[in-house]
This record gives sequence, structure tokens and C-alpha cells, in this order.
Amino acid sequence: MIWVNVIVSGVLLGGFYALFACGLSLMFGVMKIINLAHGDMAVVAGYTAVFLVPKFHLPEVWSFLIVVPVFALLGYVVQRTLFQKSIERDPFTTLLVTFGLSVVIENLLLEIYTANAQSINIGSLIAKSWQVNQTIYVSYLSLTVLIVSVVVLGALQLFLSRTSTGRQIRAVSDDREAAMLCGTNYRHIFGIASSLAFATVALAGIAYGMYSQLDPTAGGVNLLFAFETVVIGGIGSLWGTLVGGMLLGIAQQFGAHFNAQYQLLAGNILFLIVLAIRPQGLFGKKVAMS
Amino acid sequence: MSVEDLTPVEQAITVKRNQIPVAYTLSGAIALVVFFTWAPWILPASWVTILMNFFILVIMATMWNLLAGYAGMVSIGQQGFIGLGAYATLYFAIKGMDPFVAIPLATVICAVIAFPVTYLLFRLRGGYFSVATWVVADSAMLIIGSIAFFGGGTGHYLPGLTNISYKTLNHDIYLAAWFVALFVVVATYILLRSRLGLVLSSVRDNEVASRSSGAKVTSTRRTIFIIAAAGCGAAGAVLAISQPFLQIGNEFNLQWAAEMLFASMIGGLGTIEGPILGCVIFFVLQQTLQNFGAWYLIIFGALAVGVAIWQPRGIWGFVRDTFHIEVLPVGFRVSGADVVDSPRDVPIAWRGLRRTKGTSPVDADAP
Amino acid sequence: MSDSARSSGPDLLAVSSLTIHHGQLCAVDDVSFTLGVGEVLAIIGANGAGKSTLLRTIAGLHTQTSGTITFEGEEISTLRTFRRVRRGISLVPEGRRLFPSLTLEENIQVGAQQPAPGPFDMDAVYALFTWMPERRRQKVGQLSGGEQQAVAIARALVANPKVLMIDEVSLGLAPIVIERIYEFLPTIVAEGIGVLLVEQDVSQALAVATRVHCLLEGRTSLVGAPNEVTPADIESAYFGTATSPSPPSPEVAT
Repeated sequence: MIWVNVIVSGVLLGGFYALFACGLSLMFGVMKIINLAHGDMAVVAGYTAVFLVPKFHLPEVWSFLIVVPVFALLGYVVQRTLFQKSIERDPFTTLLVTFGLSVVIENLLLEIYTANAQSINIGSLIAKSWQVNQTIYVSYLSLTVLIVSVVVLGALQLFLSRTSTGRQIRAVSDDREAAMLCGTNYRHIFGIASSLAFATVALAGIAYGMYSQLDPTAGGVNLLFAFETVVIGGIGSLWGTLVGGMLLGIAQQFGAHFNAQYQLLAGNILFLIVLAIRPQGLFGKKVAMS
Repeated sequence: MSVEDLTPVEQAITVKRNQIPVAYTLSGAIALVVFFTWAPWILPASWVTILMNFFILVIMATMWNLLAGYAGMVSIGQQGFIGLGAYATLYFAIKGMDPFVAIPLATVICAVIAFPVTYLLFRLRGGYFSVATWVVADSAMLIIGSIAFFGGGTGHYLPGLTNISYKTLNHDIYLAAWFVALFVVVATYILLRSRLGLVLSSVRDNEVASRSSGAKVTSTRRTIFIIAAAGCGAAGAVLAISQPFLQIGNEFNLQWAAEMLFASMIGGLGTIEGPILGCVIFFVLQQTLQNFGAWYLIIFGALAVGVAIWQPRGIWGFVRDTFHIEVLPVGFRVSGADVVDSPRDVPIAWRGLRRTKGTSPVDADAP
Repeated sequence: MSDSARSSGPDLLAVSSLTIHHGQLCAVDDVSFTLGVGEVLAIIGANGAGKSTLLRTIAGLHTQTSGTITFEGEEISTLRTFRRVRRGISLVPEGRRLFPSLTLEENIQVGAQQPAPGPFDMDAVYALFTWMPERRRQKVGQLSGGEQQAVAIARALVANPKVLMIDEVSLGLAPIVIERIYEFLPTIVAEGIGVLLVEQDVSQALAVATRVHCLLEGRTSLVGAPNEVTPADIESAYFGTATSPSPPSPEVAT
């Protein structure tokens, strides 16, 4: 029965990780950028929800209504300005720029908001859970996040496969030059992809703030989870990201079952194993091979 | 220009390595070495501490530059080897060894650990490689942190230092940091002037061509990675002695990666002088803004981002290419009457720095 | 340039003294030509003669060192690729460059994202290539080389370009397939589209072109209508087997 709990908690965690990871996957798939500031963007979204949204007299639990659109816009702007300039240099530069951005953001948060942890107040929702049977509890929050992430991934998938812009995003990911020759303004498409990535990561950050506590350095560990999820699930597959997230979650819960200290390490080990045996991930195309 | 237009070269073509006469650079170097060795007796104690930390960062930045600037491997996981070096020193010290003697041992251990790690990491390229280095460093941290022997989550004091007087200890730590830094910089300089250095620059310019010329690219990269791991291990060992309460959060801190990366970028990637210059800037910033919390790091990071986008050669790279001076030259200077290019050294070019006209679709798109 | 085969229509595309470099290598050296409505201009030359570079530069993927590119009377050198496409210049790139993760129909739809008014929409293209409709949901990786070339051309056509450039039409295709591809050319040209094609197969080029332009090591070595040039002229222009040591003259008078 214990194992069922491990699997259930892992699956629930998977939804959360997938929400984090889909933005990273999108940015890498379309623009070949690994945004090392990805986790920190989530944390900034969480801080925005905690400190800035209440000024609109909105209960924190609805903060995503404001934060997500703002971040979508932010994503577009940052992509067309900062990231575009970096891309035009080479991938090395983008890595350095996003890394630098990450350090700057974390330390700015530290300076402005101190190292104290913050969390998003969702009232009594935090404690409620659904008792399935004697040993299995499913918290409302985790279930909600899982449902949200499935909906978001589904919507993204529909967008990519059914709309003209979505088609162009897929075309640009395949062959940027050929897409340009078809009349695609690739810089704009990059902006859209980045916008989607920032919007989803904002959602993930708010979820994180509800689950757990936000602090200036939380971005790092979340980036790690997002990256591991993407690698395990495979680049280029949104549903693969969900599966990858669940596997990561299960591995972590498995490790935590033995010793709380092994939780993160178990996830790292799964990641390194996948890297050793099948670097393109479960559902991915061969992108990262030497 | 067709084949018939070329005339036979009438004057001899000369190939040199140094622009500034060797006599000047050598005497300057000797003066510096003497100065820094005698520093603990000349300078006030606070300066000595600053210099010690400076030298530790110089070791790290030089190693990172070797990895990224010369071998094209962007690692954000070197803090893993710093931590491993520190904890190896702790291990030996707990077992009764003099921590200073443990420094070379810790270095070797890091090199040994790095060897199998390369087999995993080298399956990846680009950003994947970089994040994987971080995962490896993170895993090292978690493993060490789970071992009670090393103090687990709370930390552990480094034994073996208590029976030395405070002043002597400070002098000794400083000298350890200084000599290790000196060794590392000189060794890197010699390495890059050697055949290995030539292979590195050819790989950086054009890997396929390099491989087909017979250069052993992968084993060269592996060697560099192991060297960098060893260097960071040495830095970690010295760090452990200088801050004898070891905590995984400190020894494996990602901030080391940030500092060595920013210093190398700002100072100048792909040069030996660059990382040193970057470290100087770092310490100036840190000392000037020490009452303002983390602002020195924010500014340093923002500066690094700016440099990456607008001036990727870094400050020293810019100086070198504009004024054609090199204090520690590793390239070759070809000059002679009929050489097509004007006499300047064949720079160790880094792909990202050169924007040749209209070669990539991104570049070609009119602004 | 006395060119009796020139169509009397206005010039769609005019390239003047175009010089293009790849790093330090001069790929195209002082090349000029014009393309009018309903014309087919074939660029021929040996490998590495600069043909692809020329087309790519006109499309905007590459920047010339000097010279001008004029489309419908306007200089377009500062325009980004996608803007040139929207003005009416389409390039079918060398090697087809279809989108592997998209289906046949989706590939063509990408080309139709902002179509100019014109005769070629999805239905028209499906009428032209009758085998396509029933395979529209297939991934393009499953198509043969000739079919992929057709899809690539269709993808460019649905934007209703005024100038259609095709790079290496017959590369890697069997002769019978090449013939089938060229069967569609008259339909395209009849709509007034100017076609600029790079063709390795010289006889094929001579068969379909209204004019031929030969490049040798980046420079123009021969210009003329197919009925104006002899096989010997072409051979010497193509291979550079001129007997005098000076650079070959840019045109061969009839």
C-alpha cells in the first residue's frame, strides 16, 4: 500500500513539474534556448502574486488572473529584446545571459524582499484533502494543480496543432530558415513562444507559492526539476513532459520514502540514468546527442 | 584575384610569439612574484585576507576560462569540484593529516573523480552539457550532505589547525592560496603554448577540420576537463582551510560558478590575463559596495550580461585586439612583407566573437 | 545587352552588380540580370559557381557585399526575408527543406499564412498536383524525392508570388520525375509569375528557359536565349575553357 502512495504522490507532483517544464521545453524546442532563469521567473511570479496583486484588492488565490497575462507580455518583450540579441551571437551567449539574469534576479529579490520565505495565502484550501481510502490521501491543491496542468498542456497542444501561429511555431522549430522563406517573421514567433513559456511558468510559480514557500533562491531547485522533467520526458513532446514529470515525482517520492534526504538525489539519479541510456528522453527526438 | 596575380614571396616571413620583448615581461613577472610572496609581511592583515580570497577566485576563474574559453565547454558545475576538494581535505584532516599537505591529495582525488564523469557528460552538447554539469555538482552536494561523517546538514570544523598561531595560520593560508594560484596560472600558460593549446584553438575554430587533421578532439577535451576539475579541487582545498567551518551550502554554492563565470566573461574569455582582470574588478566592486548587501553581485552579473551581448571578448579581449598587446601571449605572430593580412597575431578566435558578413540566416536578416 | 528573346513585360526583378562574399571568399562577383513577367531565367554553372548563394541573397537569407536588388522598381536589400516573401518573392530552397514534423497539408499551409491575392490557393494547388489531396495527412518524410519537390513548390506557390525562385530543381531526382516537375512550369508562367531557376541539368534548363545565365566561379560567363547559344558556347562558359589568359568576356554575341 505504501507503494501506491508513492505512486499517487508522484503522479500528482508530476502535474506540477510538467507545468514548470513545458515552458522550458517550448523555449528550447523553438529557439534552442535553455533559459537558466526559468525557475527564477516562476519565483518572481510568486512574489508578484504575494506583494503586488493584493494592491488590486484581489484575494491571492486569484492572483494568476493578473500575473499570467502580465508575464505573457513580459515574455514577449524580453524575448524580442534581450534574448533575441543573445541568440544572434550564439547559443553560448544565451546560456551566459540567462545564467547572469538568474543570479541578478535572485540577488535583487534578496535585496528587496530579504531572505524570508513567503507563501501565497489560499486560505483553508491548503489543508483540505480527499481521503481515498485508509492510506491514500489526495490533497485538493495537488489535484487542482494536476488538472490545471493537464488542461494547460492540452490547450497548448491544440494551439500548436490547429492554429496558423501554432503551425508556424512548429515550422520554425523544424527549420527556421525554411520558415522564413515561407513568410514567417521568426522573431515574432519566438516572441509568442517565449510569451507562452513565461505564462506557463508564472502559473507554475504561483502553484509553487501555494504548495510550498517562496524564497529568493527557490528558482534554482525548480529549474533543476523542470530541466530533469524535460530530459526524462523528451524534448519536443508536451505529453512527454507530463510523463517525465510524473516519473520524476515518483522517483523522488520513492527516495523520500527511504530517507527524506534522498528525495532530490533520487530525482537526480533518475535524470543521470536517462541521460546515460537515452539522452533524447522517452518521447523525444535526438537533439542533445553529441 | 587569380592564381597568376600572386608573386613569389621575396622577403622572409617571420613567426614570433611575443610582442613585448621577453626581458620586460620576465622582469615584471619576477617583481610580481617577489611582491606577492612577501605580502604578508608588507601589507596589513585585511589586505592579505582580500588577496587570499582573490587568489582563490583567480584559480577558479582561470580553470573556468580554460574549460569555456579554450575548450568550448560551458560548465556551471565546477562548484561540485570545489566542494569535493574541500571535503576531501576535511576527510584527510579528520584522519590526522596536516590540511596543507592534503591540498595536493584533494586535487588528485578531484581529477580521479572527474575522469568517469566525462564519460557521462560528453554524451551531451551545448546547454544540455551545461545543465548536466550542474546536476552532477548538485548530486555531489547531496551525497556529501547525506554522510554524517562530513557533518551532514549542519557542518564540520576542519581539524588540524588549532595548534598554529593565528598570525602564522593567516600567513600560511595566504601563501598556500598564492602559490597554488601562481602554479595554476603558469601551468595554464605553459599548457596553452604547447601542442595541446594549438589543438584547442583549432578545435574551437573548426572542429570537423580539426578532427580530420588528426587532432584527438575528445581526449583533449577530456584532459582539459580533468585539469579544470583538479584546479577547482585545489581551490576548494585552500578554501576549506581559509574558512575552516565547512558546510555543504557554502562549499558547493552555485555562487562560485557565478563568480568564476562573470569574472572570466568580464575580464575576457579566451585570454589568460582576462580572468585575472575580471577577478580584480570583482574584488574592487565587492570591497566598494560591501555595505550594500548583494548589490555588488547584482552589478557584476548585469555587467557580465552586458559584456556577453555587446562585447563578448571582454575587457582584456578588447584591449588586446585594439592595441595589439599581450602580456601572456599564447598565439603566434606572423609578419613579413607579402603576408596578405597586416602583421598581427593570429588570435585565438572564438566562434561567437567573430561576426563574419552574411554567413548565418540570423545575421543576414537586415536589421 | 542585345537580347532578342526578352519579354516585353516590365521587369519584376532587377539585380545590378551584385557581389556576395562568404567570409573572405568571393562567391558572386559583379553579376547583373533582370527578370520580367512570365519569363523563365535559368542560372546554370558548375558546383560552387555561386548559384545558390545568389538566390539566397535575393531571398534575404544572405547579405550582399555590394550591388542592388530591385523588385518592382523598389530596392529591397534592407528588407528582411519574410517581408520580401510578403512582397512577392518566394524561394524554393535547395534540398526542399520541408518541415519534417508537419504533414503534407500543413507544410503547404505554412506557405499560405499571408497569401497575396492570386490564382493559387489550396484548391488550385491540389488541382495542379492531383495526387496530393488523398495524401494530405501524411508526414512528408514518407514522400518520395519528386513528391517532396512538388510539395516544396506548392508551398511557395500558395503565397501567390510574383517571382518564384527554385534552387536545384532536379537535384537527386530521376529523369522521369524531373520531367513531371517541369510539366507544371507552363501553368505557373501563364499566370505571369517570373521564374528564376537554378538547374544542374543544362539540357533541361535550355528546354524550359526563355533565357539562360551562366556563372563561372561567381562571375557571369554567358547570357542568352536558348536558341541564341551553341553547345560549344555553353561548354566553354560552364567549364571556363577559354583559350585566352584574360577573364572570359561576359557575353557572347550571336
